[in-house]
Amino acid sequence: MNKRLPFGLAMIMLVIPCLLLVAFTHYPALRALLNSFWNNASSRRPSKFVGVGNYQTLLEDDRLVQVMLNSTFYALGTIPLAIGLAIGMALLVNAKLPGTSLMRLSFFMPTMLPMIAVANIWLFFYAPGIGLASQILGVFGLPPINFLGSTETSLVSMMFVAVWKEAGLFMIFYLAALQAVPENLKDAARLEGAGPVRIFFNIVLPLLRPTTIFVAVNALINAFRLVDHVIVMTRGGPNNSSALLLYYIYEVTFSQRDFAYGATLTVLMVCLLGVLAAVQYWVLNRKAHYQ
Amino acid sequence: MSASGVSLEVRDLRKSWGATDVLKGVNFDIHAGGFLTLLGPSGCGKSTALKLISGLESVSGGQILIGGADVTGKAAADRNLGMVFQNYALFPHMSVAENIIYGLKVRKVPQATQKTSLERVAELMALSPLLDRKPAQLSGGQQQRVALARVLVSDRPLVLMDEPLSNLDAKLRVEIRSEIRSLNKQLGITVLYVTHDQSEALSMSDTVVLMSDGQASQIGTPQQLYDQPANTFAASFIGTPPMNLLAAEDVTLPDRVAAGVRGDKADLLVGVRPETMTLGSAGAGFSATCKVLSVEYEGSVFLVHLIAASGGRFIMAHHGTDAPQAGDEITVRWDNSAAHLFSRTSGQRISSG
Repeated sequence: MNKRLPFGLAMIMLVIPCLLLVAFTHYPALRALLNSFWNNASSRRPSKFVGVGNYQTLLEDDRLVQVMLNSTFYALGTIPLAIGLAIGMALLVNAKLPGTSLMRLSFFMPTMLPMIAVANIWLFFYAPGIGLASQILGVFGLPPINFLGSTETSLVSMMFVAVWKEAGLFMIFYLAALQAVPENLKDAARLEGAGPVRIFFNIVLPLLRPTTIFVAVNALINAFRLVDHVIVMTRGGPNNSSALLLYYIYEVTFSQRDFAYGATLTVLMVCLLGVLAAVQYWVLNRKAHYQ
Repeated sequence: MSASGVSLEVRDLRKSWGATDVLKGVNFDIHAGGFLTLLGPSGCGKSTALKLISGLESVSGGQILIGGADVTGKAAADRNLGMVFQNYALFPHMSVAENIIYGLKVRKVPQATQKTSLERVAELMALSPLLDRKPAQLSGGQQQRVALARVLVSDRPLVLMDEPLSNLDAKLRVEIRSEIRSLNKQLGITVLYVTHDQSEALSMSDTVVLMSDGQASQIGTPQQLYDQPANTFAASFIGTPPMNLLAAEDVTLPDRVAAGVRGDKADLLVGVRPETMTLGSAGAGFSATCKVLSVEYEGSVFLVHLIAASGGRFIMAHHGTDAPQAGDEITVRWDNSAAHLFSRTSGQRISSG
């Protein structure tokens, strides 16, 4: 016999998670949306409804343009690089070579570290003159570069940190997917005369597509979500050259204490992410199929 | 179709994984257009043999000759053979048409030729209406036909099949079995077939290689394997239910046979197929007195499970309606021609007079 859950208990078990969701996700999101239509309160005058006033400010914000360009470049650079690196590492680890478990561990290590720790490690790498990066340049007789201190290199430097941290995690997903590719599909292609490169592009890569969708969406979210390294390493500088959208929101909201404009920027970011995720699913899903 | 078969010869084929010998020197050959089956229980090395012949695995020893040419060291793609895999190995992201012509594409066959080859094979395998589907949208039997089409499109003279029917239901299995057999006959393609299913092996093959523990236990036509098992393994593997092997002490031997037994009678095993035994009293042939354990109704026959005085169990297939009952003491008999004598220690057949 099926034992029925008492109605009261069922309600409690339904309400508790709902409350958590409402308290920490839905209410703040709604609040941010509402806040974006009001101006900031001060001690002399209360907050008042300004309609789309904050959004007009947003359209005229030159700094936002710079930040959006940075974020776009950052996402377009880190996502394919992290995915490519992850697939490469997964293939390497999946090959029957000696020492693969050690390799697996070392590839995965950066993922386990907190971003703050990663940022500190890379601060040493990038340190002008004494850092590892400068020393490597020195070996080739090149002059040292102030990676974090110049507007040309700061954003790219941030991107390398992110790729280094993220690729290991994506590798795990690709490794699992690679191991799920049936061996006899590769055998069948081999019998037809396909070489390893051809097998990879014709058979393996298409079968990895569901993983790629998943990883790409995650990488996209992370590209906007992870800014710890920016805060630790450059504070968006020099001259906003490494400021990303979320860092800008953080700065506007908590340094300048402009909550209304911070909320407006947040709404912008949520909309942007929603649209991007939808597009990504649509584009990649058109060709993902099977079983 | 332009395809016609080539001969295949395997000499002293060996394969070891570390210290484990999977194949311990197997020899057999198929004439061009022949149908040879490697039959054996799982783990006997039959699939390994197929992989070695296909070139997907490298040999540890021995030679493989296709059409008289030694291909032992050649890559899989250079052996000019096709293979049908157990679960078809269709590319899930490609349509049926793309699956079939994949090999032609890889080998850069001209587009026009690809198209005519595809049409010809699709016609032959009745796949024309399905060419745009993805494999997941096909039934098991249709997937199987795509796998066959993919092999046939390249006009390969030798086709290897690794348990191609094991994923199909019983009815379809019989259908595709005859389809494969007729392709072999019509097109003259040489087929090397691997299965653990003896009825497939017996019904389709020209030659059966019965494998056991990495070795060829017996090689012969299906009739030879059934009528003259070379050893106790062949005897107990072929036939449903398989041949009974009785200790000589449980059997009343005809005088001539008893006199002819050299050495110890305890070393003698008497083999007899369940369907050649009849109820009756001791007479000129072989007979055994035993007790009925249980009776199983199988439609055309009753399978009578028997136990001999020494505790050895065996089965008689009884035709007709007057089946003995459980608990009955009965005598069963069979003719000299139905008896097979084996040595218990060596397992080998003793040629009886």
